[in-house]
Amino acid sequence: MSNSNVNWAAIDANPKFQALHRKKTFFLWGLMVFSIIYYFLLPIGAAYYKELFNTKVWGVVNFGLLFALSEFVVAWAIAFVYSKKANAQFDAMAQEIINDVNSGRIK
Amino acid sequence: MSKNHINFFLAAIALLGCTAAYAAGGAVADEFKWMTFAVFGVIIAITMAITFWAARSTHTTSEFYAAGRSVSGIQNGWAIAGDYLSAASFLGIAGLISLYGYDGFMYSVGWLVAYITVLLVIAEPCRNIGKYTMGDILAFRNDPKKTKTVAALSTITVSTFYLTAQMVGGGVLIKTLIGIDYEISVIGVGILMLAYVVFGGMKATTWVQITKAVLLVTASIILVAMVWAPYGFSLPGYLQAVVGDSDVQKQVAKLLGDKAANMTPEELGQRFLEPGLFLKNPIDQISLGLALVLGTAGMPHILMRFFTVPTAQAARTSVIWAMGIIGGFYVLTLFLGTGAAMLVGPDKIASIDAGGNMAGPLLAQFLGGGEQSYLGNFMLAFVAAVAFATIVAVVAGLVLASASAMAHDIYVGVIRGDHATPKEQVVAARVASVIVGVIAIIVGIMAKGQNVAHLVALAFAVAASSNLPAVFLTLYWKKCNTNGIIAGMVVGTLTAIGLVMVSPNMTYPKAVIASANKVLNGEPAVPAKEAQPAVERSSFMCELFALEGCVTAKPAQPATPEKAAKPGAAEKLAKLNEKATALETSLPTIADVVAKATAEADLAKVKKDIAATEKAKAKAEADLAKFEGQTTSIMGLEKPFFLLKNPGLISIPLGFLMVILFSLFTRDKRAEEMWDELYVRQNTGINAEAATAH
Repeated sequence: MSNSNVNWAAIDANPKFQALHRKKTFFLWGLMVFSIIYYFLLPIGAAYYKELFNTKVWGVVNFGLLFALSEFVVAWAIAFVYSKKANAQFDAMAQEIINDVNSGRIK
Repeated sequence: MSKNHINFFLAAIALLGCTAAYAAGGAVADEFKWMTFAVFGVIIAITMAITFWAARSTHTTSEFYAAGRSVSGIQNGWAIAGDYLSAASFLGIAGLISLYGYDGFMYSVGWLVAYITVLLVIAEPCRNIGKYTMGDILAFRNDPKKTKTVAALSTITVSTFYLTAQMVGGGVLIKTLIGIDYEISVIGVGILMLAYVVFGGMKATTWVQITKAVLLVTASIILVAMVWAPYGFSLPGYLQAVVGDSDVQKQVAKLLGDKAANMTPEELGQRFLEPGLFLKNPIDQISLGLALVLGTAGMPHILMRFFTVPTAQAARTSVIWAMGIIGGFYVLTLFLGTGAAMLVGPDKIASIDAGGNMAGPLLAQFLGGGEQSYLGNFMLAFVAAVAFATIVAVVAGLVLASASAMAHDIYVGVIRGDHATPKEQVVAARVASVIVGVIAIIVGIMAKGQNVAHLVALAFAVAASSNLPAVFLTLYWKKCNTNGIIAGMVVGTLTAIGLVMVSPNMTYPKAVIASANKVLNGEPAVPAKEAQPAVERSSFMCELFALEGCVTAKPAQPATPEKAAKPGAAEKLAKLNEKATALETSLPTIADVVAKATAEADLAKVKKDIAATEKAKAKAEADLAKFEGQTTSIMGLEKPFFLLKNPGLISIPLGFLMVILFSLFTRDKRAEEMWDELYVRQNTGINAEAATAH
């Protein structure tokens, strides 16, 4: 790396970086808020909605058990969605900014 | 280097010698002990070979702390899983499920969801900005000396709580499993862990964690396949068998007590799959969830793992692999736990270890053919050896985190002002590792017999209330500055520790003495009670603190019949002994085969009851002697003041609030000016530390 004199403010002000920042912020916080809410539905449901959790759905398997298992699926899905989006979009956008800095297009 | 190698092999040989010489007692019968030691020997030899190989390429600071940043994303994912699946989650959760069913499984969920926070907001920025420690991230745009000192102190605090819990848990585990003395197992874990860390640094630690994670997952898959296969891998079919199992039904009846009176066996079994047998206080449950979900992202040894990969993309890949492995493992715990409940039985599991920690190993023994079979004991030995490797690997990661905070942050960063030659830095890192390792061994031995659950709760609560707000706001808030970080970390740590000290986690002699007296002197009869209406008046503060004038909300209570007086231990023993003598004298005179078998079974049961009563009596007497004359906890309280076991609900928001308030009150121009650089770097990876070894 030979970017000892990088103009950070210029990169920050660059429309490409601003676009990356906007996309990432919206996407990351959306996922984060969703996952926290979904997670806390489990302890809240187990404590305050016992009847729903105890309802048998599939043989002896009740709703609470399926809901707990769904937490795993949702966590994995969030990881999958995020990595897809980051690999396909965020990394490419960041790479473009790095290229612009290295080639002197952002000074 | 060659001298180092000789020393560390001498240490390894000494350790194997110790283990063999001090064996006595435990869950493995004496004639199968040799097999346990053989399996332990093989696993220790494998990890030693890894360390030998890693030591050859550990010369620079980057190699020592960060494995030369040459660990791949997938490798790091396995290493994170190895770092995370501690004895508590490996043995503890399976145990909780085997004793309490559904509630045990709820623990698994929080421990996985924690990684979403790590993935979305921590892993990539940390990789792009940090060098070796959490202190590096905090010092980026703040006063390096002040922030590094506070970060190092917090790292050492969190690591020490977690480390002690692991050491105590490990010592007890090895003692219960194969009968090696507690002190010897703690020293054994300590010496091995020191060998990995001091000679092989992060590279050896990483590979030991990978090896252990692979062994752990393999062992679990085999056990689950054996448990589940007879039901054609059908979930409802398998759980139907769990619900219909008489041991499970008996356990639920025992847990519910009087409430089980009118329930059919099917209802009792079904109750095992429903919430509420273990976790009683929903607010406490939410507080614990908060500490878990946010604490993992503030754990120094987890943060440190992201400095070992070459790029932010690799950091992302590693969290995704870790989530796959950890989540997959936790789904397996459902089968390990319920399988152990059904096949081994909760009674037997709890009789060997009250917390249920032996559920997994006992299940392995059962599936292999039981206590008297070669395969059964081989499988038990294998699970025991994996558990041992687990403790060593987790402890190694924690020691590395503390040692790097001491050497890199405090010694090199603060004392030497970042002016130390690379060689001096590596020496400092190794010296710090030895110091931390020796302290860990001493603290582990001193903490013998302590309840470690509150230490784990503390570690997560401090990490979530102190480290996470500081790291998070440094990364995502422009106005965050030195004073904010210091205030947040100090207040977060002190609040978390302070609240735990006055919480139900501590020992309250008055209650212990009262229950010991109950065991020894019996309980008086309880008259019948009329039904009580529900009490609804309760404020949120009353749920959290034992304040004066607080009335706790209670659901309506049904009428209860009169309860007979319970005899004291001595009276109970006398009766049992009388019964045993009567049975023993009558046995030789019984000619009928069936009657004789019944009498023999009765005698065995009475003898078991005598042993259990004597044990309870001895414990009650020991408790009385231990707490004689004391009425208050070490904090001077007769009963807990803070009612939650986990302080997260209060200390986490407070930690965030302090960072925000102090940052706003004492604006720092430099920190705000450097925000552009920090934010661009964390998002693009420009100027990030490159890999140094391939």
